[in-house]
Amino acid sequence: MSYVAIADRDHEQHMHDPQTFITKYIWSQDHKVIAIQYSLTAIAVGLVALVLSLVMRLQLGFPDTFSFISPDEYYQAITMHGMIMVIYLLTALLLGGFGNYLIPLMCGARDMVFPFMNMLSYWVYLLSVLVLCASFFVTGGPTGGGWTLYPPQVILPGTPGVGGGIVLMLLSLVLFIVAFTMGGLNYVTTVLQARCRGMTLMRMPLSVWGIFVATILGLLAFPALLVTGIMLLLDSVIGTSFFMPALLSMGEASEYDGGSPILFQHLFWFFGHPEVYIVALPAFGVISDLVATHARKNIFGYRMMVWAILAIGVISFIVWAHHMYVSGMNPYFGFFFATTTLIIAIPTALKVYNWVLTLWRGDIHLTVPMLFVIGFIFTFINGGITGLFLGNVAVDMPLSDTYFVIGHFHMVMGVSPILVIFGAIYHWYPKITGRMLNDRMGRIHFWATLFGTYAIYLPMHYLGILGLPRRYYAMGDTSFIPDSAQAMNAGISIAAFFVAAVQLIFLFNLFWSRTRGAPSGGNPWNATTLEWQTPQTPPVHGNWGPDLPVVYRWAYDYSVPGAKNDFIPQTMAPEDVPTSDDSYDGSEGAHS
Amino acid sequence: MSLLRKISAKPWEHAGELEGLHGAFTPGQSAGRTGLYMFLAVVTSFFLLFMVTYYTRMQFPDWEMLADPKILWANTAVLILASLALQLASNAAKKHEFSRMRNWLLAGGILTLVFIGGQWVAWEQLVASGYYARSNPANAFFYLFTGLHALHLAGGIWFMALLGFRLNQPNRREQVPSSVTLCATYWHYLLLVWLVLFTLLLRT
Ligand code: HEM
Ligand SMILES: [Cu+2]
Repeated sequence: MSYVAIADRDHEQHMHDPQTFITKYIWSQDHKVIAIQYSLTAIAVGLVALVLSLVMRLQLGFPDTFSFISPDEYYQAITMHGMIMVIYLLTALLLGGFGNYLIPLMCGARDMVFPFMNMLSYWVYLLSVLVLCASFFVTGGPTGGGWTLYPPQVILPGTPGVGGGIVLMLLSLVLFIVAFTMGGLNYVTTVLQARCRGMTLMRMPLSVWGIFVATILGLLAFPALLVTGIMLLLDSVIGTSFFMPALLSMGEASEYDGGSPILFQHLFWFFGHPEVYIVALPAFGVISDLVATHARKNIFGYRMMVWAILAIGVISFIVWAHHMYVSGMNPYFGFFFATTTLIIAIPTALKVYNWVLTLWRGDIHLTVPMLFVIGFIFTFINGGITGLFLGNVAVDMPLSDTYFVIGHFHMVMGVSPILVIFGAIYHWYPKITGRMLNDRMGRIHFWATLFGTYAIYLPMHYLGILGLPRRYYAMGDTSFIPDSAQAMNAGISIAAFFVAAVQLIFLFNLFWSRTRGAPSGGNPWNATTLEWQTPQTPPVHGNWGPDLPVVYRWAYDYSVPGAKNDFIPQTMAPEDVPTSDDSYDGSEGAHS
Repeated sequence: MSLLRKISAKPWEHAGELEGLHGAFTPGQSAGRTGLYMFLAVVTSFFLLFMVTYYTRMQFPDWEMLADPKILWANTAVLILASLALQLASNAAKKHEFSRMRNWLLAGGILTLVFIGGQWVAWEQLVASGYYARSNPANAFFYLFTGLHALHLAGGIWFMALLGFRLNQPNRREQVPSSVTLCATYWHYLLLVWLVLFTLLLRT
């Protein structure tokens, strides 16, 4: 097309205006935009799950008070809350959000290696969220079978949502897995193939290691959920008997015959246990980077940290049956899984020691991210120790299906990763937006969240030891449960409302600081890793200027003796490192 | 092992060293290959879990073997030929012989469609002789295995069609040969999966 009238060109400009907006922010293939899309969607659906938990707490704290919460609705709330939090919030936010944002930036790449597939990954994820939410509006409502979706009850009449609800839930999970696989192939391939010059595997920040190994776990474990989902779907829609045993349902023999619910449990937990580390490993990685940056010290035992991540990744595939001790398994089987469960605690504990040793005699800056780091370490130790209790068959038997388990996994998988996510947002928000989050609001948010969540979950351990069963709508007249337990439940509910309200401060902070926060500059925390060395903040499409960065050192050169500054960016060649005054006597071995 | 050596490097030493590492990233074959291998790992996990499930479910008393349709043998032969055609396409691609490559791709695609059609015939035969998915888990597993395997092949055909489309765009044509090689790998792999599944279905 050689000639275009000026008027037409103008016209075309206008036509293109919204289109550029669309390609920039909607159909974007830029990993940073996709990361934000993933994160915002995950947070939005997470808020739905938060509201559902408040519904449950209303009922538990004040039974017989709210007529609008029926038992069916209570079960639906439980189910959707659990599933959304574990899959659609944590997994999506940590891998789709943080993974997308951090991997290319921290590895020195311009983008993910398959940007189109990356974009597709987000849109299929969004579709899975919409399908899931659609189940709120079908007749019968969402499924109420518990987030573990155990057959037979999840697809038997009498359980809420046996019609549309469970079908939509399973379809949504299938979509989620497709989305995750597309994203995951990207993350792994990018780490393996697109690192910049000088970035060896062992020079990668631990965030990338955590996300990388978690993604591999996801790629190998989600197929188990896919297999389970497909077969359960067939059982429920066309009436096969993969998992469904012969049974009487409402006085009538059902058409099912011979299937095995235990088989379902094995498959589900073969996915389910790795899933907890799919969430935990990225959190471990992020914490390692935050702790080193804000304590101005190299991470203690970097290699051990990497090995521990790898070891946890491998072992997490052979511990699944510790979720099934009460299913009546062979005692030798239980013994095997108790042993592997205790073994996986070793590399996990090692990581905790290393974080603490990194703090030890560090130059600790009590910034907001650092507060969250410390909160995380406390909380994770707490949850890990109760995990050791539950890992032993004999101790687990009476505790299984009580509030003790709720306390355990909320400490370890609820509060801990959420604290990491908050810390990470306070840490990386300046890079994403170019502005700092408000510090005062951040501190209030931290302390209120920390104490609030402890007020919720610590008492639950006690309730569990009393024998308070999990997943009950109301206790009724249960002789072994004292009235004081009810008082405690009311207290927990009040704390839950308090914590939920406090999150509004955080949301407000996110929006407010977007325009009013103090400008941050490119590297407000004086950090070493690549994402802080981009030519622009926020980084533009393509991340780096004309040349890709070159990496000369590992990610943890903080407080290096003899260097002028207490950090040396990964991109700084040894000959460029400014040294401290000549008066410094470098007897402790100068930098090399 | 080089991986062990890699992860026992002491990164805090040797600041400034750049040797032994790959330079700037060039998108294309190596990323595609890594991505494909990772995907094959996912597919492996998927089918392996199905097979374990199959084997476990088989132990229950209600299991009734089904008579595998004879046409499966013919289908298997067709899939082997399809895999062969893709290999020849890949060989041609390596020599940049575009027209030969196109022909073999076409042949591979058609053979694969014939295979999928043949599987459909097997389904029809089973249904005609009363082997419904609902009536026995052995039947249900048969439909599930063959269906999911065919679905994976269909995905491959879709990708192959994209390649054919690209062949006609002069500016993207040069990327095609390396993708054809990946395509062939995918087909060989699905052939292997089918052979394993077929053996399992025959023997049980
Ligand atoms: C020291 C490490 C850990 C040990 C020994 C351990 C042990 C256990 C055991 C035995 C159970 C089953 C309790 C029962 O149902 O009776 C359990 C439940 C659970 N754990 Fe852990 N755990 C550990 C760490 C973690 C971590 C790191 C996470 C997540 C990040 C996690 C998340 C969960 C969840 C979500 C459940 C409940 C699943 C459900 O029934 O709905 N655990 N844990
Ligand atoms: Cu577990």
